[in-house]
Amino acid sequence: MIPSRYVREIPQRYRLEGGKCLKCGHINFPSRLICPECKSKEFEKTVLQDEGKLLTYTIIRVAAEKFSQETPFAVGIVELNDGVRVTCQIADAEEGDIQIGQRIKLVFRKIQEDGKAGILCYGYKGVIVG
Amino acid sequence: MIGIVGYGAYLPRYRIKVDEIARQWGYDPDSVKKGLVLHEKTVPGLDEDTITISVEASKKALRRAQIDPKEIGAVYVGSESHPYAVKPTATIVIDALDIGPNVHVASYEFACKAGTEAMYNAYALVKADEMKYAMGIGADTSQGAPGDALEFAASAGGAAFIMGKEKVVAEILYTNSYTSDTPDFWRREGEYYPRHGGRFTGEPAYFKHILGAGMALLEKSKMKPEDFKYAVFHMPNGKFPQTAGRKLGFTKEQLEAGWIAPWMGNTYSGSSPMGLTAILDVAEPGELIFMVSFGSGAGSDGFIFRVTEEITNVRDRAEKLRTMLDNNKKYLTYGEYAKYRRKIIINE
Repeated sequence: MIPSRYVREIPQRYRLEGGKCLKCGHINFPSRLICPECKSKEFEKTVLQDEGKLLTYTIIRVAAEKFSQETPFAVGIVELNDGVRVTCQIADAEEGDIQIGQRIKLVFRKIQEDGKAGILCYGYKGVIVG
Repeated sequence: MIGIVGYGAYLPRYRIKVDEIARQWGYDPDSVKKGLVLHEKTVPGLDEDTITISVEASKKALRRAQIDPKEIGAVYVGSESHPYAVKPTATIVIDALDIGPNVHVASYEFACKAGTEAMYNAYALVKADEMKYAMGIGADTSQGAPGDALEFAASAGGAAFIMGKEKVVAEILYTNSYTSDTPDFWRREGEYYPRHGGRFTGEPAYFKHILGAGMALLEKSKMKPEDFKYAVFHMPNGKFPQTAGRKLGFTKEQLEAGWIAPWMGNTYSGSSPMGLTAILDVAEPGELIFMVSFGSGAGSDGFIFRVTEEITNVRDRAEKLRTMLDNNKKYLTYGEYAKYRRKIIINE
């Protein structure tokens, strides 16, 4: 990943920062320049809740090369407590552990490595709440 | 009053039993377990490292302290497994926690005592009135060469401590450091695994420094071992801290709450700091805690803490160490462990 792009995405990937539309209240995650609901351009920063429930998931058995050591792994859609839906890897879990509707907490994990010598990329993943 | 205003620990869910490692290399599992007083150890997931462990431990410390992260003026991370050789671990920690950018950060390395170095300097800056709060973190995904005795214990975890002057949960009464040039364990630049001096790591290194720092701390404070409710020492295995405690005059009961190595292993820079969090999870107001770390090379940092009334307000705000240690475990085979610890050579 190019470092300049990585830095731009830090607010959303590290801190779950989104943009709440000042006109209609819609929360955009990640932040946008124009609200897709009302076309307003005015937003305030909002930090998403870090817990929610698993809406659906799939198991990745053949992954892109960067993730090939981690297969099989789950990628799911989590509806956070504030209604925002995020797509993320479900970490620390095997296929038999995961069920739709489970409580999920977002945690800070390493997402990928840019080769052997490039930057390390961090962000959120979901884990099943024990 | 200056001391800890928030604390937190984190350890991964993966474990490997000492039996599994011993069988792999042809050791007798029972004699290894008896000799080291170890049952199992934590193993980091493929997506966990010193940075992710530091962030998760710090989140708990912030949850307990309930302060504005922007008021933290320094974040120091002690580890011997910093993911970057050049780029401080805390640069990522502070952005993940919305601390800074007006913040001083640094990575510390001093084998297994880098975590208490971070705590010591965070405390010193607050004491010097340079800042309102400072955070010291000790975290590691410890390395041990395959088949080496270190492999039975080298594990993963970390603890974070926010130092401040308001709503202190554990006041720091005394500190003392004890250091000498003792090459008992080292890792040269570019080497993947550390080397050590076998039995030389015991008496001339671990015990000399722990006892040296401990006795000096007792002398400085004019206190006696029986004045303390709890004591915690660096835990390279389950046996050494018990012996060190006994030699200093502490009882097994005083060590019990912080003695987590038999089920966690040696989290290197996180070891005695994580033991301290286990003690804070159960300590009562007014009780005294005696703590001495050890880092090969070699040195020890000693602290005396007095727990305050505030502890009863903060400790239930985040998950306790024993809860993490005793629950949600997933055991690995040696093959899975070798993959998770990247001990297998694969094509790029």
